[in-house]
Amino acid sequence: MTDIESKETRDPDLPRRNFFRKAWLVLGALVTLQFLWIGFDMLRPRKRRRRDADAGTIYTAGPVERFEPGSVTAFPEGPFYLARLDGGGFLALNRTCTHLGCTVPWIEEDRQFACPCHASVFDITGAVLSPPADRALDMYAVRIENGIVKVDLSGVIKRQGFETAQVTMP
Amino acid sequence: MADQARVRKFFFLHMRPNRLPVATLRFTHTFGLGGMSAVLVILLILTGALMMLAYEPTPDRAHDSILGLQTETLFGPLIRGLHYWSANLLIAVALLHLLRVFFTGAKDGPRKLNWVIGLTMLACVLASNFTGYLLPWDQLSYWAVTICTGMLGYVPGVGGWLQEAARGGRDVGPTTLIIFYTLHTTVVPVALALLMGFHFWRVRKARGVVVPRQAGTPVPADPEFTRGWPDLILRELVVGTVLVAVVMMLAIFFAPELGTPANPGMSPNPAKAPWYFVGFQELQIHFHPMFAILVIPLVAVAGLIWWPYRRREVDQTGVLFGSGAGRRTAGIAALLGLIATPLLIIADEMWLQTTTWAPSVISHGLLPFLILAVAVVGFRMILRKQLNATREDADQAVFVLMGVAFAVLTITGVWFRGAGMALVWPW
Repeated sequence: MTDIESKETRDPDLPRRNFFRKAWLVLGALVTLQFLWIGFDMLRPRKRRRRDADAGTIYTAGPVERFEPGSVTAFPEGPFYLARLDGGGFLALNRTCTHLGCTVPWIEEDRQFACPCHASVFDITGAVLSPPADRALDMYAVRIENGIVKVDLSGVIKRQGFETAQVTMP
Repeated sequence: MADQARVRKFFFLHMRPNRLPVATLRFTHTFGLGGMSAVLVILLILTGALMMLAYEPTPDRAHDSILGLQTETLFGPLIRGLHYWSANLLIAVALLHLLRVFFTGAKDGPRKLNWVIGLTMLACVLASNFTGYLLPWDQLSYWAVTICTGMLGYVPGVGGWLQEAARGGRDVGPTTLIIFYTLHTTVVPVALALLMGFHFWRVRKARGVVVPRQAGTPVPADPEFTRGWPDLILRELVVGTVLVAVVMMLAIFFAPELGTPANPGMSPNPAKAPWYFVGFQELQIHFHPMFAILVIPLVAVAGLIWWPYRRREVDQTGVLFGSGAGRRTAGIAALLGLIATPLLIIADEMWLQTTTWAPSVISHGLLPFLILAVAVVGFRMILRKQLNATREDADQAVFVLMGVAFAVLTITGVWFRGAGMALVWPW
């Protein structure tokens, strides 16, 4: 009896058995896909909620006169530095190193940002002075309304290097 | 009653062999490393389950709950110490086990698949350690995980997506913690347990561990056998007990620390990856991320997986270091790695890093990678042509060279890198 059964399972000329075997495979694949889909979806809604919370966040940094030309001011509550260049223009720089994501401190004596993790160095405009970072620090859009500096934190602006077009003049 | 006793006996003798070759019992043949790994995994599951009762996986509570475990719970520091030391020892022991299997020629023939299963388990162990590293939520763990997940961002094409999926957002935060906690306490342990069953079963199917033999003698067709109980199982119990005692001592006298709570606004200086990934971090300093994070690790992993499946000239199953000549070529490779790697690190640090004549992916990526690849191939050719090394011995020498180079990179990263990741003396 068992002998006959095992022979039957191996026989490729039995269409019904063949069909069921394939059907099982397809069902198994579907179930696996379903679980993967659910798993990925579990991760998504939380992300979306955070995006919504971020959207439209305008941070009011303060009046233009408060920031000396050639100075860098840290804003711990919004993750950025407000740099006022020697020409008087403003740049809002994300504090995350573009190399691996450490927080970059501003070193006043050397007038540069120096990453403690892998020694990347950036100048006051966020441009790379020394690798391993290969991209300038990310920026946020800056607006000046009635002499008040405002930073749009809804999204970071990625860039390769520094260009004068990135500066907001008062 | 007699039946029950028989069931018990048969159960254990299914887990452990009933009979086995006497020669495989010698301690210096296997050093009991596979069994030690299993004991450490059991310790990890027990202590981990206990700590799950105390731990709260949210950024506000994580650090506090561990502090509570350390100060207010009976034997809390001991449990955490046992978990910490078992986890770190497990990486070391598993790596040594890999080397033992490699150098006793226990990866070929019927053991090919088990080599690959073993590598997958090593990946699980690393994943387990890394995901656990974040959970104390102190400065050390927060920034180590930031750096390591930051490395994912350099994978071409899907890097940004990968990094965001691993962190569950743009930065390491509450979602990252819950993802890591879930992986650490369910996904990885379950995968590891299943693979362990598979691994042990394959060892039994290969008729136990490889039987050692001298070079030039045939594979023993009919080795002398002995009984699993008591000859093997008693030895295993002794090794396991000594190991547990050692872990206990480490947990008591070198208790793991808990740093200041994570502060996303301030990276410590220097910020380093966990010690088992420091080699990659060191590689990062010298190579363009595309090569340090993707190309070189991929080549290494592919090479390791493919190793037992490559074409072979002689059967070296059970022969330590392949042959007497293999021992010599391996020694030469180790010496070369020990001398060349520090010299290359210093040369790169002093002179090469400032070159900017080409895009970094060429000057710090493709070019040095090709030069080193040519050097390794050249080294292998010298061994083959000048020293008449067999294909196996030459390949083994390349493996040794790579392994020693990675060990030197790790040591450099752990002890010789100070503030701003500058080279310093550790004393």
